[in-house]
Amino acid sequence: MSPKTLYDKIWDAHLVHEDADGTSLIYIDRHLVHEVTSPQAFEGLRMAGRTVRAPDKTIAVPDHNVPTTEGRDNPDQMPEDSRIQVAALDTNAKEFGIHYYPVSDIRQGIVHIVGPEQGWTLPGMTVVCGDSHTATHGAFGALAHGIGTSEVEHVLATQTLIQSKSKNMKVEITGKLAPGVTAKDIVLRIIAETGTAGGTGYVIEYCGEAIRNLSMEGRMTICNMAIEGGARAGLIAPDETTFDYVKGRPHAPKGAQWEAALNWWKTLYSDDDAHWDKVLTIPGESIEPTVTWGTSPEDALPISAVVPAPDSFKGGKVAAAQRSLDYMGLQPGTPLTDIQIDTVFIGSCTNGRIEDLRAVAEVVKGKKVKDGMRAMIVPGSGLVRAQAEEEGLADIFKEAGFEWRLAGCSMCLAMNPDQLSEGERCASTSNRNFEGRQGYKGRTHLVSPAMAAAAALTGHLTDVRALMTENA
Amino acid sequence: MDKFEKLTGIAAPMPLVNIDTDMIIPKVFLKTIKRSGLGVNLFDEMRYDRQGNEISDFVLNQPQYRETEILVAGDNFGCGSSREHAPWALKDFGIKAIISTSFADIFYNNCFKNGLLPIKLPQEAVDVLMKDAEKGSNARMIVDLEAQTVTTSDGESFSFEIDPFKKHCLLEGLDDIGLSMEKAPAIDAFEAQAAQARPWV
Repeated sequence: MSPKTLYDKIWDAHLVHEDADGTSLIYIDRHLVHEVTSPQAFEGLRMAGRTVRAPDKTIAVPDHNVPTTEGRDNPDQMPEDSRIQVAALDTNAKEFGIHYYPVSDIRQGIVHIVGPEQGWTLPGMTVVCGDSHTATHGAFGALAHGIGTSEVEHVLATQTLIQSKSKNMKVEITGKLAPGVTAKDIVLRIIAETGTAGGTGYVIEYCGEAIRNLSMEGRMTICNMAIEGGARAGLIAPDETTFDYVKGRPHAPKGAQWEAALNWWKTLYSDDDAHWDKVLTIPGESIEPTVTWGTSPEDALPISAVVPAPDSFKGGKVAAAQRSLDYMGLQPGTPLTDIQIDTVFIGSCTNGRIEDLRAVAEVVKGKKVKDGMRAMIVPGSGLVRAQAEEEGLADIFKEAGFEWRLAGCSMCLAMNPDQLSEGERCASTSNRNFEGRQGYKGRTHLVSPAMAAAAALTGHLTDVRALMTENA
Repeated sequence: MDKFEKLTGIAAPMPLVNIDTDMIIPKVFLKTIKRSGLGVNLFDEMRYDRQGNEISDFVLNQPQYRETEILVAGDNFGCGSSREHAPWALKDFGIKAIISTSFADIFYNNCFKNGLLPIKLPQEAVDVLMKDAEKGSNARMIVDLEAQTVTTSDGESFSFEIDPFKKHCLLEGLDDIGLSMEKAPAIDAFEAQAAQARPWV
């Protein structure tokens, strides 16, 4: 048998039909659904008199619109249009008989946090959702990617997706990470190197010692942002870390089925002599805490750097960089650590898991958020929130002066009331620094949770390693 | 879905690279439960000020580009979220084809589900087409999907590549779901086999 990549293996295991020209129908094991990209798909089914083919493989949760403040079970807390969207999901979930976690359920949260947490996401699966950050689930060695609403409708109706196969790209992070450097810094560095279109047409497998040493939370952060590098999906081969995380979750296999699953999962790795269309290798030791300065995730630099000059770029990027600097209100040559911050947002499907909150607590324990700063922590799910409270993290946050919120997407995309105002500058653990992403004319700097915590204490972008020395 | 006919129309230049889906249709307009009516908010934050007045130097606000049917755009058009609201808004505005050196993957696929043609061409070709688009409404560009060509107002022609299945669906206005449902026996067979091989799924 010819050697295969992990992607090849998962693809082959899900191929339903292939046309002569390579157009393929692949089977979908898990379909995650949220309120923003699904109403038109359900409406399409209704109008065509179609049903959901596999309701038991379809899981819905509202996350984008929902407020993150107390008392949100009261629908009056939501603006009319948001309420209609959430209500539409309630109705559709009931009518089509799919699994559902309503706002009032403690298991509610960001769809990409709920899926893994509940054991819906398992190695070797195909997972789709009408959301680009579906890439997150690749951390389990599942082929996971975002789809549009027409494709949501297609999957609802047929449990398959029309695809053509992507190329294989390997991103290897060798060696060990320096203290204070996290998964977020790795992925920002990767995107800085490849650009936001560098992964277009590829499925990326992340490997190497530094990746192997990451927890599942860290691996999810990496795969989550595969899409920001343009890739269709990100993958990390499953290993003991993966199996330990999955075991015992509500929808993970049990007993003899667990053993059978494990036997297959252990075959899910890229063969030694598999073919790669593109390879990128980065020494882990060379990665620093990394922040973005512009309005594209590729605009990322080590915290020790200065704001770049537009003419240091080439082609269309010169004008784009100038536009970014104008938008961000930054001057070339300014040290990144001199950038003053108004707001800190910690949360999102990139960095809203328990390990992220622990990293924040480690930095802010016994300290105070800088006067006048707005600092918000939004756990990724109700269960993450409960665990953080049980571990005493929530008390640390509240004592330090953070707002401690309920679960949702919140200020990552500002579809709910959590938004930046015009000119407000935010250190954010989310995934996109696009113009207007966190609010009209809001300014976003993407950072790791530890770096966001550091900025909350000092009021400016800060090398968290300096604070760590202080703490030591 | 409408069939994609041969198109002769006004092309607007948008040379900015990395035009993302938040720019194409900001999230405040994602709260709709319909597919239609988004054209008025296409490129909303670039197109209008906070009071809702048009920003006069934005390309689609200029008199010669109000009837634009083709966009010539910088690299990596449509990056960002999976929102199909982006192609819905473009289509509702009247855009039928977009030309760039590259497109983000999900956006690219979403276009075909809505009768919108994204055309990938090399930098040199996009540069020529960008110049042609700058001529305004006197210059009509021709997009011929059947022949897989784009022709400038001066008659200079460029060939583009496209997946044959996607081309066929666009030309015929075919509904993907209907086509896939015809493969129900293959899906049934796959499910039966998968239930044996991976019963835990």
